[in-house]
Amino acid sequence: MGKKSIHRSLQAAYPNWFYLPGVLTFVVFFIIPTVSAFYFSLTRWTLFEATFIGFENYVAFLSDPMLSIGLKNSLIYAFLTSATKTILALPLAVLLTSEILRFKGFYRSVVFFPVLVSTIAVGITFSILMQPNKGVINVALRALHLPHFDWLGDPRLALYSVIFVDVWKGIGIATVIYMAGILAIPQDYFDATKLDGGFWIRFRHVIIPLVRNSTFTIILLSFMGGLRTFDIVWAMTGGGPGFASDILTSVIYKQYQAGFYGLSTAGNVILFVLVTVLVLPLRTFFSSREIEL
Amino acid sequence: MAKKVLVLLVIVLLPLAIFAAGQAEVKKAGPITLTYLVASGSDQIQARAAADGFMARNPDIRIELELRPGGGDGDNIVKTRLATKEMTDFFYYNAGSLLQALNPNETLVDLANEPFMDVIDDAFKTTVAQGNSVFGTPNQTAMGGGILYNKRVYERLGLSIPKTWAEFAANNEKIKRAGITPVIATYGDTWTSQLFVLADYYNVQAQIPDFADRYTANQIKYASTPAALKGFEYLKEGYDKGWYQSGFATAKYDQGLEMLAKGEGAHYPMLSMALANIDANWPETVEDIGFFAQPGEDASKNGATIWMLSANYIPKTTTGEKLEAVKRFLAYTVSPEGISDMNKAVPPAGPYLIKGAKLPDDVLPAVQDIARYIDAGNSAPALEFVSPVKGPRLEQFCVAVGTGQMSPLEAAANYDRDVTNQSKQLGLPGW
Repeated sequence: MGKKSIHRSLQAAYPNWFYLPGVLTFVVFFIIPTVSAFYFSLTRWTLFEATFIGFENYVAFLSDPMLSIGLKNSLIYAFLTSATKTILALPLAVLLTSEILRFKGFYRSVVFFPVLVSTIAVGITFSILMQPNKGVINVALRALHLPHFDWLGDPRLALYSVIFVDVWKGIGIATVIYMAGILAIPQDYFDATKLDGGFWIRFRHVIIPLVRNSTFTIILLSFMGGLRTFDIVWAMTGGGPGFASDILTSVIYKQYQAGFYGLSTAGNVILFVLVTVLVLPLRTFFSSREIEL
Repeated sequence: MAKKVLVLLVIVLLPLAIFAAGQAEVKKAGPITLTYLVASGSDQIQARAAADGFMARNPDIRIELELRPGGGDGDNIVKTRLATKEMTDFFYYNAGSLLQALNPNETLVDLANEPFMDVIDDAFKTTVAQGNSVFGTPNQTAMGGGILYNKRVYERLGLSIPKTWAEFAANNEKIKRAGITPVIATYGDTWTSQLFVLADYYNVQAQIPDFADRYTANQIKYASTPAALKGFEYLKEGYDKGWYQSGFATAKYDQGLEMLAKGEGAHYPMLSMALANIDANWPETVEDIGFFAQPGEDASKNGATIWMLSANYIPKTTTGEKLEAVKRFLAYTVSPEGISDMNKAVPPAGPYLIKGAKLPDDVLPAVQDIARYIDAGNSAPALEFVSPVKGPRLEQFCVAVGTGQMSPLEAAANYDRDVTNQSKQLGLPGW
């Protein structure tokens, strides 16, 4: 073989062979598990053997009130976290991009910092802060003679306490996305409103309409994140007390713990379908209404 | 072309070869190191004592403890590691229905023909057997499941040991009036919520002697059996009457033990293995802790529910010299030297199920209380040791009842469904 033919054969080999690692990784770690999950969700599975039982797992999952409670709680969780993050992040982002604020870098870091901390650490810390007798939150409320609660122990409150912590932890991301959106608005628009008046006009008629793309991104990301969340709930309440803060993922995990591998796989398929059914139309709707600056 | 394939193969396989070489290097001459998976907490104290005693007598073997969480998280770790063949060289786990869920015939080494099994009581062997195979050796004493109580509180308030639930309830009202928590609940560690239901089994079987057999055969249910439903009703009664301390819904096991040891709470429905923790953390108070059986309806049928010992098991993945070394350890734990070593390190929490093993004379008062029930013939093993059927979500249902979210009947009916799922998963006949 001459030099030229080696060169040519390498060139020919280059594109095709180099697909291989990517394709292999994708097939082995994504396609095969997904397809086999659909199959195993139709079986009673012990990890050693699988007996085909049709749709029994799905029937069990949806008819057992203690399993389907996870479905309801997941929807509440996803809706509330994404709505709260969207609503709170915009004013924060406006403040952090405004010209009047000093030490901007410091405040930006403060808002973003919780995002960087491990979720489990945040969950454990807050479950200590929220301890009903000696926890800092209730001690402070008591000192101020305000009503105080058993944040994680009261079944009516537990889910909302976790949602609060999720918002606290996740708002940094939403704020950064909004800040990027606000900074991308061309100065001309602001100049144009200078004559018309003050801050409210700018906020209502320039910022809100022109950060619409950021709003869509934030809603979509946090809604999807909310549906799939697990770690913070597990660290704070484990789904308890009882079933009060059980979300879809914690229910699935508990079925898995119990050794009901088929049933928990069916739960995963339900989660997959739920995310797809809710998020795809939302995405289509949002992308049809995106704006160009 | 062939060359190219070869080059690619080398690129792909080289890291594997290096990896394999690295693996091989781990195996060295010298002392054998065994890994031992145990739950943190009481089991860990017991396992540590056994391992230390063994290593002192066998310098050629090192045992390293690997800790896992207890409860459902721990069950998950054990099952997954067995299924993926990544279990430690041996491990410490419950006997009875929880063992059955591990599919022991497939995953564990059969010890039935080992010489050291001869000294083990048959009552214990049945809880670690499947078919003709026996899989575990005890590393602990049996335990009483019932009410641990603080004797100083009882003395100060002039209370006597209740023989019926009505007397227990009356005691609780007096304790509450004295400003002490009548019943400690620690639902932050969900497994601790089950005692009122599980420790009531002596009372259930006193009324329905064939309950376990009919339960296994799918002929009797919690929800439709008033005697069995009682346990759930007790949980609800405690909530309705405000017997539990404030913050009980998120309190942890260790906090519950501390309350009991310090007399901030009078009763803690618990297993007597908790005595080892109290002895380790608040040793000056452990003599103040007593035990009485969970009271039922009838004072003449008062008796204790007994938990069988947890056991040591060897996964099938352990072979060769390591397998021999683990067997030496198991033989040690049931030998007279082993038992006397462990007694020195950890106070026994109940009777041994090893022939010839006797409790020391200075055994803790609570254990003497348990022994009295057994000696008088007023004891029965817990349901999970006489039936392979136990639903994994019992603890969640108990918490739901104990926090007032669910009625006892609703919880029992849901639990029956959970049990059906489990029995189908285990492939038991009749479900």
